[in-house]
Amino acid sequence: MIRCLFLVLAMMLMAAPAFAVNPDEVLADPALEARARALSAELRCMVCQNQSIDDSNADLAKDLRLLVRERITDGDSDEAVLNYIVSRYGEFVLLKPRFSMKTGLLWGAPVLLVLAGGLSLLFLARRRAGKPTGSKLTAEEQAQLTELLKK
Amino acid sequence: MIIEIGHYALVLALATALILSIVPALGARRHDRAMMDVATIGSLAMFSLVAFAFGVLTYAHVVSDFSVENVWENSHSLVPLIYKYSGVWGNHEGSMMLWLLILTLFSALVAVFGRNLPETLKANVLSVQAWISVAFTLFILLTSNPFLRLDPAPAEGRDLNPVLQDVGLAIHPPLLYLGYVGFSVCFSFAVAALIEGRIDAAWARWVRPWTLAAWTFLTLGIAMGSYWAYYELGWGGWWFWDPVENASFMPWLAGTALLHSALVMEKREALKIWTVLLAILTFSLSLMGTFLVRSGVLTSVHAFASDPSRGVFILCILLIFIGGALSLFAFRAPKLSAGGLFAPISREGALVVNNLILTVACGTVLTGTLYPLLLETITGDKISVGPPFFNLTFGLLMAPLIVIVPFGPLLAWKRGDLLGAYQRLYVVAGLAFTAALIFFYLEQGGPVLSVLGLAAGLFLVLGAAADLWYRAGIGKVAGNVAWRRFTGLPRSAFGSALAHAGLGVTVLGIVAVTTFQTEHVIEMKPGATTDAGGYSLHFDGMQPATGPNYTEERGHFTVRRAGVAVADTWSAKRLYTARQMPTTEAGILTFGLSQLYVSLGDATKDGGIVVRIWWKPFILCIWGGAVLMAFGGLVSLSDRRLRVGAPRRKAKQTRPALGPAE
Repeated sequence: MIRCLFLVLAMMLMAAPAFAVNPDEVLADPALEARARALSAELRCMVCQNQSIDDSNADLAKDLRLLVRERITDGDSDEAVLNYIVSRYGEFVLLKPRFSMKTGLLWGAPVLLVLAGGLSLLFLARRRAGKPTGSKLTAEEQAQLTELLKK
Repeated sequence: MIIEIGHYALVLALATALILSIVPALGARRHDRAMMDVATIGSLAMFSLVAFAFGVLTYAHVVSDFSVENVWENSHSLVPLIYKYSGVWGNHEGSMMLWLLILTLFSALVAVFGRNLPETLKANVLSVQAWISVAFTLFILLTSNPFLRLDPAPAEGRDLNPVLQDVGLAIHPPLLYLGYVGFSVCFSFAVAALIEGRIDAAWARWVRPWTLAAWTFLTLGIAMGSYWAYYELGWGGWWFWDPVENASFMPWLAGTALLHSALVMEKREALKIWTVLLAILTFSLSLMGTFLVRSGVLTSVHAFASDPSRGVFILCILLIFIGGALSLFAFRAPKLSAGGLFAPISREGALVVNNLILTVACGTVLTGTLYPLLLETITGDKISVGPPFFNLTFGLLMAPLIVIVPFGPLLAWKRGDLLGAYQRLYVVAGLAFTAALIFFYLEQGGPVLSVLGLAAGLFLVLGAAADLWYRAGIGKVAGNVAWRRFTGLPRSAFGSALAHAGLGVTVLGIVAVTTFQTEHVIEMKPGATTDAGGYSLHFDGMQPATGPNYTEERGHFTVRRAGVAVADTWSAKRLYTARQMPTTEAGILTFGLSQLYVSLGDATKDGGIVVRIWWKPFILCIWGGAVLMAFGGLVSLSDRRLRVGAPRRKAKQTRPALGPAE
């Protein structure tokens, strides 16, 4: 159902659900075109539901794709193209947000989680050392459990 | 009239759920057997009532009773019969009914199969299940009632959304919900154990089959959804890291962790507190995912305000269940006694690492999904978190996990021998790497990193085989002895080997498609030919066609290899007349495990049409691996069932105790 909803949303937001890059947009130089495609996959279609401009066929996405290709043909580096587009459309356009104060927790989440998990494991292992283990069962329960585990 | 009876049945189900949520729990406190017995019969009654209500709704859809608002909005008299059935859950109200149906089904299953549970535990579990049922029934009755009538009744319906008119809708949501909702049983077991204030290995043994079942269904549900999106959306993607997808993926990650930690708890009584917490978290993620999506919070903050009653209701349910369960956990968990000790290098240790990585991965996906929402709420800044972020972080987290998976089953419980496991696996690793190099050579290049990816996938597959190989002692003992040992291995050993191999197959598929797929975007006129993936596609021309409730323009393609026609396909652009909504129906041709994917674009001025062709090498591995994982789950489950029903089936106890269990 979840997926249905996503499909519905995706469909509703696309006038004609076909595809993105059209043959007339493609750059003649395959190396430049490959760069353009890679960059397109990192840029959000601003009017779509979580689609990159590479996947979307909205008009705005097409404009952005052409813009990316224009900048690349003009000799901009990937970084410069992204900077240019961010300066015009804001950080929202980047599907991979840049590391900054705002996104510190986002990028830091995996690292912090690993650290927190690892440290609590260490801590628990130390605290546990030497303590008695096992649950206290009544004799009757122990008998039941043994029988159950034998099965 | 029948509609009103269905409505009434749902109200009765609410009454039953209310009784169920109080009486058995009280009975468990007072050790009153009569009160506890209400749980079994009540759960069955509740399920029957909900099933009846669901049946009535289905009936209304099948006979196209447009006096029912839900049918009018989501159906049409011309919709093919199968979509009239599946269309029942192809909308918000109906899908909540399906959710409730499956929830009560699980209650009924626990009531029937839980005969060997301690009676207080069973009563508590069914009561907790009933609490959830109360919340959902109330939600449906108060905010999403599918039984509302229209007067006067319209003559024709507004049609089922065209994208949903697909067999995918018949299979995917029920599977996904069986998974999501199946975890409610684990949740109820955890809360019941916390209420009773005690928990032991037997508890894990009772919970494991339910976890396995839910996990198996969820795996299949997600895979099915992914394949459906792949062929329906028309641009050949199979995973988009969409918030809606993440909502189903997070419970899967947590559920996978739960599956493994319950194993440790069952065998060694360790990780008790953690397992209980995971059981609570897994279902909480299911709840949160469903509801965030249902309320529209994830796609836009403002959608929340569009239906305040639903949104607020949702928040309340979330707060009560997640908050309540976690508070109970905070109060009770410290009282639970500690379990068995183990050395860092051991099966338990490996499973702890598994849990750590899966939980962190789940937390990362959760952060990525909610971060833009939270940031915008707090600071007003808008950012996007999309596939490039998830691919990077999730990929980095999964890499170490993939490498350690084959080690886990080779380590002994309590104290393992890492060197021994390494000695058993280095041949496997060498084989995997060599095979990956050969594959890389045959596909003629690509990023060098892909060799590592391919090797990792093969390492998982071969490692799983090696596990069975060593357990059976092939090569060490005589052939017939090895065969007897092999066939005598517990089903769960085969189950875990299959699931791990399935993961490897999926990894292989992902790496192969990402690295070696080719894409061709061209304008084609009838009679034109183009090459893709070693095949040549001949465009024969366009043709109009009409379906029961749509019209389409479809193009015919003949596929040749070395000049010989090997296949042909239609690729269409369809227009569903009732909603005037266009869809693409991609032409997909399967060659072995690879596919050619042909999708039509806009017509060009000079009589041609834009055609997009992908060659997707080994793409079927992605979903095939998931099916293999689910099959592993089923095989394990068949093992569990024997043991769980054990007290009633003493005569059947014939399995020889050979090799370490699991």
